[in-house]
Amino acid sequence: MPFEQLLIEGLAMGACYGLFGLAVVIIYKTSEVMNFAAGEMAMFSTFIVFHLLTFYHCPFWVALLAAIVFAALLGILVQYFFLRPAKNPTLLSLIVITLGVEMLLMGFASWKWGAEQQEFSLPISYMVTYEPIKGFIISQWALAVFIIAAVVMVFLYFFFNRTSLGTAMRATQQNKHAAKIMGINTDRVFAFSWAFSSVIGLIAAVLLTAKTILDPQFMMEPFLKAFAAAVLGGLMSIPGVLIGGAIMGLLENFFGYAWPVWKPITAFIVIVLVLCVRPSGLFAKHWVKKV
Amino acid sequence: MLKVKNIETWYDLIRALHGISFEIKQGDVVALLGSNGAGKTTTLKTIMRLFYDLKEEQPEKGTIEFLGERIDRKDTADIVKMGIGYVPEGREVFPELTVLENIMMGAYTRKDRKNIKNDLENVYHHFPILKSRSNQQAGLMSGGEQQMLAIGRALMSRPKLLMLDEPSLGLSPLLTKEIFTIIKNINEKDGVTIFLVEQNVNMALKYSKFAYLLENGRIVRADKPEVLREDQDIKEFYLGIATEQSIKGYKRYRRKVRFR
Repeated sequence: MPFEQLLIEGLAMGACYGLFGLAVVIIYKTSEVMNFAAGEMAMFSTFIVFHLLTFYHCPFWVALLAAIVFAALLGILVQYFFLRPAKNPTLLSLIVITLGVEMLLMGFASWKWGAEQQEFSLPISYMVTYEPIKGFIISQWALAVFIIAAVVMVFLYFFFNRTSLGTAMRATQQNKHAAKIMGINTDRVFAFSWAFSSVIGLIAAVLLTAKTILDPQFMMEPFLKAFAAAVLGGLMSIPGVLIGGAIMGLLENFFGYAWPVWKPITAFIVIVLVLCVRPSGLFAKHWVKKV
Repeated sequence: MLKVKNIETWYDLIRALHGISFEIKQGDVVALLGSNGAGKTTTLKTIMRLFYDLKEEQPEKGTIEFLGERIDRKDTADIVKMGIGYVPEGREVFPELTVLENIMMGAYTRKDRKNIKNDLENVYHHFPILKSRSNQQAGLMSGGEQQMLAIGRALMSRPKLLMLDEPSLGLSPLLTKEIFTIIKNINEKDGVTIFLVEQNVNMALKYSKFAYLLENGRIVRADKPEVLREDQDIKEFYLGIATEQSIKGYKRYRRKVRFR
């Protein structure tokens, strides 16, 4: 495989990880909850798309839109029923709660759709390719990934920096106490960020299904990679996650080409190394409270 | 305007407020004085219902009325909408938001864009330094500027009553004076009622029209500042004016407070 090919594929994969990492980061940014259920929430919503496609024969875009609505609701429900009842939770209890949600969703999906692999095809094909510059072959899938990642990124940038709700979300993350005093309904902000994150997770997961198969476990590995990308990016910064994702995707692809056996592990080795050198991630800003 | 009757606030098994009552009249500057741990901040947090996370029934006993309506079971957001602005102890600005974003967060509950712009101008008028720093991250400003920002931010919700928790905390005497002058301006020009919580008794008595003295969760004195200034105990324990003429001066330490 030529170098250009590895680069483009790596970047596309990285954009997927980055996109999915965003789902993790948005929640962490507002409520400082590490959402380990993100992968399974996205998986569950993807199964909704699958269900609508195979059993109701909906057009793809209708199914996707319905699943986006479902994903938003799922996010709100998870936040409402699992996280809100926990008053003054510790970091550990939050992790256990999200892990519990993960198990629950995975079990439910296996029960409903079976643990076997399902047939799921996207309207964007992996096989259709373009060659804009000689040597650089880009598949339709990679193109879609780049465009969607860019759109989501620009949207998030404007949302967090230009709208009142986005600023309120950042404010809540920085100082929940003060946000309350401003009259910000912090519970609503959290619910919104969960819905938001769930939808972005769904989009990333649907894009990832083109690369993997669809079964109740299919988001496990991408979630870990996306989580690693988020940690690389410092868990707080939105551009950081995308860059982290790109690094992950590229490393995986190039190492995977050279030593295929080591492909799944390389990325994690890099994470360990980066965290040894910069424990707060590559792009984290740490704020010390000043009196 | 604000009527507090017999409120009791508990931290688990410890009673922090032993049933305190006071009243704030429209247009006044009212001070709540007391030393560390007297329950001043607890009083303000109880009014703002910020203990809601810890316990739903806060205050456990007693009522709080604002403009004739009971607010002791309302959400903080609704209380802000009703017109109580709160400047918390230690500023609590949003460090990574810019100054302008911080100020605009104060207007989060409001929808009338035109008036928000006017109010922003008003805040800049009171605190010109904020205008020149409007694009700076709030966490990078000095303590005094952050205090100004916190007050400006609270003003953006158009409060009828502004509650300030230790605006002089950690500020130089000169800056304290400046802040107090601005607070006085806000009271006189904008007609905002001020509820001031302070440890700096001397300053607070200078600017307030009525003052309550809190000690160990009880209100022990309530009077006009001129009267309080002449009070023997306040003179001695809060204003630091020694009155006894004992030669060695040791007697002072033996004397008990005559409160309670």
